[in-house]
Amino acid sequence: MSRSAPKGLPWPAQRGRLPGDDTPLLRTSKLVKVYRADGVTVEAIRGVDIEFAAGEFVAIMGPSGSGKSTLLHVLGGLEPATAGEIWLLGQRVDGLSTAGWAILRRRHVGFVFQFFNLLSNMTVADNVELPALLAGATPRQARKRREELLAELGIADKAGAAPTRLSGGEQQRVALARALANEPSLLLADEPTGNLDSTNTRDVLRLLRRAHADGQAILMVTHDARVASLADRVINLFDGMVADDARIVPIPRGRNGVGDIVELRELRG
Amino acid sequence: MRQPLLALLAKEPAHGYELKVALEQTFGQAYPSPNIGQIYVTLKRLEQDGLVRSEDVEQTTRPNKRVYELTATGREAVRAWVEEPSDGPRIRDEFFIKLILAPMAGLADRMELMNSQRRHYLRIMRNLIELQAETDPADTTSRLLIEGAVLHLQADLDWLERCQEELV
Repeated sequence: MSRSAPKGLPWPAQRGRLPGDDTPLLRTSKLVKVYRADGVTVEAIRGVDIEFAAGEFVAIMGPSGSGKSTLLHVLGGLEPATAGEIWLLGQRVDGLSTAGWAILRRRHVGFVFQFFNLLSNMTVADNVELPALLAGATPRQARKRREELLAELGIADKAGAAPTRLSGGEQQRVALARALANEPSLLLADEPTGNLDSTNTRDVLRLLRRAHADGQAILMVTHDARVASLADRVINLFDGMVADDARIVPIPRGRNGVGDIVELRELRG
Repeated sequence: MRQPLLALLAKEPAHGYELKVALEQTFGQAYPSPNIGQIYVTLKRLEQDGLVRSEDVEQTTRPNKRVYELTATGREAVRAWVEEPSDGPRIRDEFFIKLILAPMAGLADRMELMNSQRRHYLRIMRNLIELQAETDPADTTSRLLIEGAVLHLQADLDWLERCQEELV
């Protein structure tokens, strides 16, 4: 497709294209993560079996120390699993090398973190274009995609700015644009609104919902129930194990609008 | 219903239907339309209790209407209501009572209770977020009411997490 593309690989990777219809996008089997330091052993993940379908939006909740972030990092290959299996797009990936994971992430996995993790010595535009360029897009393709994304996220005018000049909400939108640049099969988000005020949280939520409506699979760790309630499914982790895994089905609403849900105590009979 | 009606009458005398309209206009979408029958019944009780008095006002083309006004006792009652601090909505939490008592009696598993309660909260939260998106930004009363409910729910969920940490 382009001169700079790694051989045989089109850009962008076709999101969620699976070998067979019933192949989950992501699946784990008996996943375990143990940290060992100074003779102390911590079992952060203790046998997790989960499956995500293409296009699904799943929130992971749970108390601090329940293993939420560790699970996300292991699923994205940022930390190696201790035992068990991870299957992404029908391929077993838990044994990949650091370099193998890096290539897989470029094409299939986008990451958003609580503290944005933007490259501060590059412009906003370069931050967003870089992953596309690394994944084999031509400069023109990368620029076009960046322009689309920044416009969609309402920060087109910040393209030439340094990330540090932006507000937290704007930085998180840039991080989201960067994560979505390659139309990844899976977007992994670790407390993406954890550092934002309520207005910016609402904006980031709106963007995530729109990406999800366009078919983006999202797996997100969050404490924020506003964010979690928008997911198709909420998984509750406790002590490194799945304590609950449930679909969120909205309650059918009556005609009275807010009054049906919000009861003014003082006005009651 | 008593206190809001007294508060409205503290502004000016009114008949039943005017009070219904005033409530609707003040709280907009944020409060279900009050039942007119309930308003009349409440007014009658307030009158029996000596908090309001009423008189018939003749109308030429329609039946007479009954106009209500506060008595001195009523004015004192509404002032006391305004001055007294209000309990938050969560001071007596029914779920917590269940969470403690039901497992003791072997009626339920604590983790299951927490899971189903969390699911319930998240469903309500989803509805609130959808309402928030649909609500006219100019409708300040509704917006604040929804935001308050969202914050309370978030606190309920955080607390549920604390219960999970300590009780399971």
